Amino acid sequence: MKFKIVKVPATIWMRVLIPVLSILVTFIITSILILIAGGNPLEAYYYFLIAPLSDRVSALEVLVKATPLLLTGACAIFAFTAGYWNIGGEGQFLAGAFAATGAGIMLVDVPPAVSIPVMILVSFLAGALWALIPAWLKAKLAVDEVVTTLLFNSIILFIIAYTLNNFWRNPLTGWPQSPEISETAHFLRLIPRSRLHMGFLVALVVIVIEWFVLARTSLGLKMRALGMGKTAARFAGINVNGTLFIAALVSGGFAGLAGGGDIAGIHFHLIEAVASGLGYSGIIVAMFAALNPLAVIPSALFIGLIDTGAQGVSRALGLPTYLGDTVQTTLLLVTLAMFVLVNYRIKKV
Amino acid sequence: MENIFIVGLLAATLRVATPLIFGTLGELFSERSGVLNLGIEGIMFLGAFVGFTAAKLTGSLWLGLLMAIIAGVIAGLVMALLTVRLGVNQHVSGLGLTLLWTALSLFGFRMIFGEPSVMPSISTFPTISPFEGVPYLGTIFEQRLLTYIAFALIPLVGWIINRTRFGLNIRAVGENPEAADAAGLNVYRIRTQSQMIGGALMAVGGAFLSQAMLGAMSFGIISGRGWVCIALIIFANWKAIGVLWGSLLFGGFFALQLALQATGIKLPYELLMTLPYIVTILALTIAGRNVSVPSALLKPYQRE
Repeated sequence: MKFKIVKVPATIWMRVLIPVLSILVTFIITSILILIAGGNPLEAYYYFLIAPLSDRVSALEVLVKATPLLLTGACAIFAFTAGYWNIGGEGQFLAGAFAATGAGIMLVDVPPAVSIPVMILVSFLAGALWALIPAWLKAKLAVDEVVTTLLFNSIILFIIAYTLNNFWRNPLTGWPQSPEISETAHFLRLIPRSRLHMGFLVALVVIVIEWFVLARTSLGLKMRALGMGKTAARFAGINVNGTLFIAALVSGGFAGLAGGGDIAGIHFHLIEAVASGLGYSGIIVAMFAALNPLAVIPSALFIGLIDTGAQGVSRALGLPTYLGDTVQTTLLLVTLAMFVLVNYRIKKV
Repeated sequence: MENIFIVGLLAATLRVATPLIFGTLGELFSERSGVLNLGIEGIMFLGAFVGFTAAKLTGSLWLGLLMAIIAGVIAGLVMALLTVRLGVNQHVSGLGLTLLWTALSLFGFRMIFGEPSVMPSISTFPTISPFEGVPYLGTIFEQRLLTYIAFALIPLVGWIINRTRFGLNIRAVGENPEAADAAGLNVYRIRTQSQMIGGALMAVGGAFLSQAMLGAMSFGIISGRGWVCIALIIFANWKAIGVLWGSLLFGGFFALQLALQATGIKLPYELLMTLPYIVTILALTIAGRNVSVPSALLKPYQRE
């Protein structure tokens, strides 16, 4: 008996099953790692998936962890849909955090009804601004955005380091840590005695807007057409550069919101490690959601769950918290492979 | 005084350029065969971790380096599996692999060494000095063997890519995979081999940092050097000789910044650090239209 691999377009059911299959395959792969490390995989997955949801504090913490991921995921989707490979979510996040810190320090004696919208606006604009030059270079001079957005991540980190080491250094401790933002600039707590803040609601609103724009407006149609191919989009009479520009700037704005939200809702001051990969994690969230704006919600919650659970796994099994990062990134790669693999069948010849 | 400063600066330039040369030459193999490997940052981190750890555990630096090379080859294979065999998007796979190798290395480091109050260390590769006793030259060229290997690799890689059958095949699948396939070349195999060689070189670049420069494994050990290599490859216009000028320029700049910092002169050194990145972006912009980017870069090849 011989077998042959043939290409058959996946059925809709197979596509729906991709996330489930991907999670299963990821667990099987990472179980090997857990076994090597001397842990019990079933126990580990109990702490990853179930334990965080079994008490109020850690269940809310999942939402806290998901908040920036919802926005950086939205950032990746908005750009990728238009075929603009914005790898700069990390830098745009930092730009948002940087600007929000500056605004938050200056906003004294302003009622929260004014200062909070200002914080949101400033974060969005800073993220968009940090996306501006790579977008302009791409649109006007066809300079590859992958390299420029990536390099812009490093540049903003140096600018922040410079500011923290010189102007915002904590005078008492000498740590590179900015002064605290003023109380009136703090995002409101959604639930008392938890870290969940209104940034979570902002993120949900952004996602609904993103879904509406991409699915229901002519701009969204243009962006999707552009994502399928530039030449075809140009023949269809679409303003390629203008559309690309909007996609890039709004995408950067979403990441900026994530950064500003973490300052106004969680940290209240700026440190260099404020992003620590959240911009890159947005790409995991977006790909796991198959670039579907609404699917970002379960996707970010799931990644947030793994993030929260990693702490519990570490405590209970003595495995390093980096196991959580390993599970997430394996999930990304397995999902990418699954999108391709579902199109193949093994058939008897 | 000024002479000592300049001699020290030149010596540091060669040292700092070494990991950049390994990384960029690795990326050169990858990109000339048509695959952008954004996994470079992670592979360098993996190489630094595996090289250090194996050297620490076995007591042999060369065994450590060998293990780093093996890890790099495996990392190249995984990249090839995703982007060459399955044709998955290269940006996302590469970035995902950077995250994966970094997370795995950190996981491994914590498993093996725990959270020690004093970071574990090894004695580094010894320096050799071919111009022992000669003024200036003696100090400038007092370098590790790996630095000499890095500089020797530049013409060697140029020769392999431009003058050998294997190099011709790499260029063929990177420029026009359909034609290469029609001519009887196995596109998948050649691209996979390029990924494996590239991964090995990137891992050596990382291992140089932990095994020759630091003698320890720090979590910020690569801190964007992989991304610098991605920029350098454009700067080098996808040519081996360009890697020499590019890495010397970048290495010299980093060395200058470190040297100025050490003198205590008050300079906004963080802002100076952004200059190489800005120069790269300017170079990209100016050279944007006449760069010789491999035609099939980023295009997965699917045999029908």
